[in-house]
Amino acid sequence: MIRLTVNGIEHDLDLDPSMPLLWAIRDHIGLTGTKYGCGIAQCGSCTLYLNGTAVRACATPLSAAAGGQVTTIEGLDTPAGKAVQQAWAELDVVQCGFCQSGQIMAAAALLASNPEPTDAEIDAALAGNICRCATYARIRAAIKRASEQLA
Amino acid sequence: MDTNRIENLSRRDFLQLGIKLGMGVGAGLTLGLRLAPVDAQMLPAGPGIAGGTDRAASAFEPNAFVRIGTDDTVTVIVKHLEMGQGTYTGLPTIVAEELDARWDQIRAEGAPADSRLYNNLFWGPAQGTGGSTAIANSWEQLRKAGAAARQMLVQAAAERWEVPAQEIEVRDGALTHASGRRATFGELAEAAASQPVPAEVRLKDPAEFRLIGNPEIRRKDAAGKIDGSALFTQDVRLPGMLTALVLHPPRFGARVRSFDPAPARAVPGVARVVQIPSGLAVLGRDFWSAKLGRDALTSSVVWDESEAFRLGSEEILAQFRTLADQPGTVARRDGDAQSALANAARVIEAEFSVPYLAHAAMEPIDCVIAPEADGVRVINGEQSQTADQGAAAGVLGLKPEQVRIEMLYAGGSFGRRANPHSDFVVEAAEIFKAAGAKTPIKLQWTREDDTRAGWYRPLFLHRIKAGLDAEGRPIAWHHRIVGQSIVTGTPFEKVLVKDGVDQTSVEGAANLPYAIPHIQTELHSPKLGVPVQWWRSVGSTHTAFAVECLIDELAALAGQDPVAFRMALLDGHPRHQGVLRLAAEKAGWGTPLPAGRSRGVAVHESFNSFVAQVAEVTVRKGGRIRVDRVVIAVDCGIAINPDVIKAQMEGGMGFGLSAALQSEITLKDGLVQQSNFHDYQVLRIDRMPEVEVHIVPSAEPPTGVGEPATPVIAPAVANAVFAATGQRLRQLPLKLA
Repeated sequence: MIRLTVNGIEHDLDLDPSMPLLWAIRDHIGLTGTKYGCGIAQCGSCTLYLNGTAVRACATPLSAAAGGQVTTIEGLDTPAGKAVQQAWAELDVVQCGFCQSGQIMAAAALLASNPEPTDAEIDAALAGNICRCATYARIRAAIKRASEQLA
Repeated sequence: MDTNRIENLSRRDFLQLGIKLGMGVGAGLTLGLRLAPVDAQMLPAGPGIAGGTDRAASAFEPNAFVRIGTDDTVTVIVKHLEMGQGTYTGLPTIVAEELDARWDQIRAEGAPADSRLYNNLFWGPAQGTGGSTAIANSWEQLRKAGAAARQMLVQAAAERWEVPAQEIEVRDGALTHASGRRATFGELAEAAASQPVPAEVRLKDPAEFRLIGNPEIRRKDAAGKIDGSALFTQDVRLPGMLTALVLHPPRFGARVRSFDPAPARAVPGVARVVQIPSGLAVLGRDFWSAKLGRDALTSSVVWDESEAFRLGSEEILAQFRTLADQPGTVARRDGDAQSALANAARVIEAEFSVPYLAHAAMEPIDCVIAPEADGVRVINGEQSQTADQGAAAGVLGLKPEQVRIEMLYAGGSFGRRANPHSDFVVEAAEIFKAAGAKTPIKLQWTREDDTRAGWYRPLFLHRIKAGLDAEGRPIAWHHRIVGQSIVTGTPFEKVLVKDGVDQTSVEGAANLPYAIPHIQTELHSPKLGVPVQWWRSVGSTHTAFAVECLIDELAALAGQDPVAFRMALLDGHPRHQGVLRLAAEKAGWGTPLPAGRSRGVAVHESFNSFVAQVAEVTVRKGGRIRVDRVVIAVDCGIAINPDVIKAQMEGGMGFGLSAALQSEITLKDGLVQQSNFHDYQVLRIDRMPEVEVHIVPSAEPPTGVGEPATPVIAPAVANAVFAATGQRLRQLPLKLA
């Protein structure tokens, strides 16, 4: 039995410890905002927080998360997270939307550690998150707007 | 479950239904719609559920697009897939404009599969999304739908207030009369429902538009995509549902000879292993068990590769070169290009090639099928309802109308989800059938499946020979194109192959807009075993590259400025000229650039929209091409949602930039060499240029914007690289030697 706290709720999971955290969250806990895009930590669609750190859930075995605190897009309520979501809405960043949970989680993690990132810092921090709709110009702009909001 | 509730329910019934659905929604005026409650446990109500809460009826054809609730909500039924391009915003904007609704009372909801009510008006009787047609084909239809609803509300108010209808004003979701009377849409909804549907309606003068053209309008699908609640096919969970992963053969055309299901069945959570025409499916209680089961199965499978495709990209290209030496089927002939070339003062000949490309949408291919009492329910990011309905029905021995399709959001598509063979819907139906047709199944491809399963933008080779006269004017253009047809052997062949020419292979080339007296365009469509399909902007993905690069080469040969050279040859094509002029002006064409930067330009029409782009490029040490800035001008007729148009220009250009700089699917001995995003590389944020978008003001009917930005960037960048280095790059992705 593996215990996980997800968005403040405890779960005891009787699952294969090698199962990626992503599938435990999606298929067993039923939170589907965190997406499967590649399975090898290349696209960032599955970005969530494990013990406060942004990780790729598709490449994090459940065993490595045992006893941990997980925050998904559904539970994102930090000031940086709220500011990012607000900026995303104001600038209409999304297109198909599939990667956006991961983008938002990554953007909020960036602002939590670096409240005033430069373009280069944004690019470096978000380069692991692919958006095939190429909403990147708006992602940059929205992170800057959220940064101003937080200042 | 009552799926046949009729329209115009009493308020009490609606409220009960609303409570049952957990929506708290009342409804009074429903134009041509009846309700079918879904199990709210399984699928949350709201945009994206698409067809889950509403079913088409026959009462008010063809305008089954508007529902006004007694709670003052206005629901617009959207017949086109939302895959990012903005249909859930653009189509409701048209309805809301003619209705004079408030934008914040508008909700978007996907239409069910019903080709009588929701066909694409450009596709005859077929329902589906593609070819950048959503706005263009819906324009008049939705204006009339909105205007009809408005007129019924006005009539209801006129009767209630006993005043002449023409004295009633409608604005921002409310009706008013000089006497001081006022009512909201919601307050009038029930009364309006009993009004006769008007046969003729008055449409607004564009000068009266308040929502159309308003850059402040925000997307209707944004909220759920920001908080994680938006529902994609990948997210669907149904009671007892099994997840199916398919083991496809490593080479196209191979089949299963033998396999041992025992190791897969031994994996905890694996429920079944079934053979289907496209391979072997492992069904598990969740993704992970099905994945482990499939892994366990792999080593036991023996493939029959007697008919497998075994060529590599290099051999294919070599074959295409041989074909290009021979005359092809003529797609266009103006004058006598061969003779004119023989007499030209200067002649240039160039060969261009582009590789196979995967669509690589962020949501890997998936599809859900569940049993129903009288058929099946397909839940899918559905782009091709009528074809998919027929295909699934064929597999399952049902009538098409027994295949009920619920259209969810698609996590990108770029054409992939409108497969002309309905490949993955058929695969899901085959699995559902082989597994006994009693259990809901979700077909889920991995990224590797998605990358390797084919249905690529085909590899194309272009050879162009062009000539200038002694004064530097182009007099001849001879263009030979070689590449697989994406429509031969599909239901689209009849419409899209004309006189032996697949129109999608030559679009953007045979309609060359430049004033050249002698033009010949020819096509070879060799048949190969690699599955191919349309890919965002279709033929223009390769024709624009070849044409716009060669025109640039001709300009250089003539010693002329690339913009001025094009402008002079585009007489009679004012919309091409308009975007070219605007992009050049906004980009500061001809003004000095920072050291190391250079500019390139391209202009192209696709899907009746016109786009010009100026790319600013820096060639870094080691030959790495960096695109710093792109200025885009677009003419898409009346701009319904300027901000969505800008987003599609930014994103469509970015999508094309992946193909220009990074992406290629290559084959070796029939095996696809790429598998995931580490080797099928796509644009990431660190290579995204600054983008500036300018929209040409227009009173022409609106045309699409989902695709037309994509094909323009590769030639613009290649031409900028020439300006920087003097090297002509004629192969995608662009690589400097």
